[in-house]
Amino acid sequence: MITFDGVTKRYADGTVAVDNLSLEAASGTITVFVGPSGCGKTTSLRMINRMIDATQGRILLDGQDVKQIEPSTLRRGIGYVIQQAGLFPHRRIVDNIATVPYLLGWDRKKARARAMELLERVGLDAKLARRYPFQLSGGQQQRVGVARALAADPPVLLMDEPFSAVDPIVRMSLQEELLRLQSELHKTIVFVTHDIDEAVKLGDTVAVFRVGGHLAQFSDPATLLSEPADDFVREFLGRDRGIRRLSFIPAAGVELSPPPPELVLEDGKPVGWKSDDGLQPYGSFNPGTDSLRAALDASLLSANGIAVAVDGDGKVLGVLAREALDGAISGGPGAARG
Amino acid sequence: MNWLIDFFGNPDNWSGPDGIPVRLLQHVEFSVLAFLIAALIALPLGLWVGHTGRGAVLVVLSANAARALPTLGLLVLVVLLIGVGTIWPVLIPLVALAIPPILVNTYEGVRGVDRDLRDAAYGMGLRGRQVLFRALVPVALPLILLGLRLAAIQVVATATVAAYVGLGGLGRYIIDGLATKDYPSVFGGAVLVVLLALAVQFGFALLNRVVVSPGVRQVR
Repeated sequence: MITFDGVTKRYADGTVAVDNLSLEAASGTITVFVGPSGCGKTTSLRMINRMIDATQGRILLDGQDVKQIEPSTLRRGIGYVIQQAGLFPHRRIVDNIATVPYLLGWDRKKARARAMELLERVGLDAKLARRYPFQLSGGQQQRVGVARALAADPPVLLMDEPFSAVDPIVRMSLQEELLRLQSELHKTIVFVTHDIDEAVKLGDTVAVFRVGGHLAQFSDPATLLSEPADDFVREFLGRDRGIRRLSFIPAAGVELSPPPPELVLEDGKPVGWKSDDGLQPYGSFNPGTDSLRAALDASLLSANGIAVAVDGDGKVLGVLAREALDGAISGGPGAARG
Repeated sequence: MNWLIDFFGNPDNWSGPDGIPVRLLQHVEFSVLAFLIAALIALPLGLWVGHTGRGAVLVVLSANAARALPTLGLLVLVVLLIGVGTIWPVLIPLVALAIPPILVNTYEGVRGVDRDLRDAAYGMGLRGRQVLFRALVPVALPLILLGLRLAAIQVVATATVAAYVGLGGLGRYIIDGLATKDYPSVFGGAVLVVLLALAVQFGFALLNRVVVSPGVRQVR
């Protein structure tokens, strides 16, 4: 667990980057620091591994004040991923990943074996190991950056806008990769971003910062979307808050009806809606894994507004009429508020 | 062309204390000595200033000032101060000549390394000196080598001034030749200096291939 206890960073010229910040990033979860530029989110992150030292207050890492740990020793025990990956251009990928194991004095062979294992873990081909960073795409470099941070298996990972410099499609795949990794590794991750959608997607908990280094809100994403603390947070969350909130409500509870005869099936799988003009498109969702947002999307995609519920194999479970969907949406947690 | 044949074809020019092998060796000796002293002073200083950022203004100003020093003037000054008979009158001006390119390129090379790389290196837990030698120097190496190469070539070309103070080296062919209107000797001496400079150039190109990582070489 990482604890900020009344942490303030004030620069010599009087600028306050972080103002009396207190929060707890729980072990094994992703805590996202989000906010506009100049809100102190990166400063807060960098105070954890003492790239910047706090002026006042304490930061505790599992109860120990980070100021009592010599900075480079502290940093070797914390994974660190930055925006431009910051790979060593003169070293091959495998040696880049093994940076911290080398520093910790691991045997070269063991360090390289570990690096190869991580290369695969972050979804990269083993043959990239012998390449140099300039031979990799931005997205690949960022994956290497994550692998490097994980190399010595640190319990804590700090990620400073790691996916901001890549295009949206690559960013999405990196985000999904991170969530997949986290479901296996259960690291304590602090993730900085200026992108609220990224924050809501990745965070178990989201800390919204406002300019001047104040913490505006600290809550789980669903609560953030349904109950923004004030106008600043509401505005920062932007439009579509209501629809985005549905992503956090599982569709498992919806009331399904038996499939009507108009739904054309093949081997139990939906094909389309029967009509006088031929087959019409349908939308489907899986109540077992999807959210209400997916159910609503399926309803909007269906020619007649009826969402088709399917199981993991794509077989029809039933259908969800608009009225039932409306009921589920308005009955969802926090739906009446916000 | 005839001058070349006169000079290089003359067997007298290939033996004895005035022969090409001896003169060449003397020339290389002054040059290497001056180059090494300059590198020993300028490299550590350039690395330190580039890494810490301390004294940067002083380095740039004094390097520019040193560039403006006339080598020959300095040579005469040293002779006036300590007299002839030692190697110092030629070494000191050559060292002064070689320091600025090494110092400035080393400093600029280290200072110019991408901030993110520096940040990542510290963030991984490298200590100050590890950051310098494991991250900054390998990346700055092409520029550092460039500085060393420029210095070496200037030294080799300028070491001809040793002849002014009665010391040996290839400058003797040029200066003695001018005095006696022995133009084949002047021309031959000049050609030898050029060949030596080309050899230095070639040597550094080779060194560059050996010591600079392909990952850095490609980027530049």
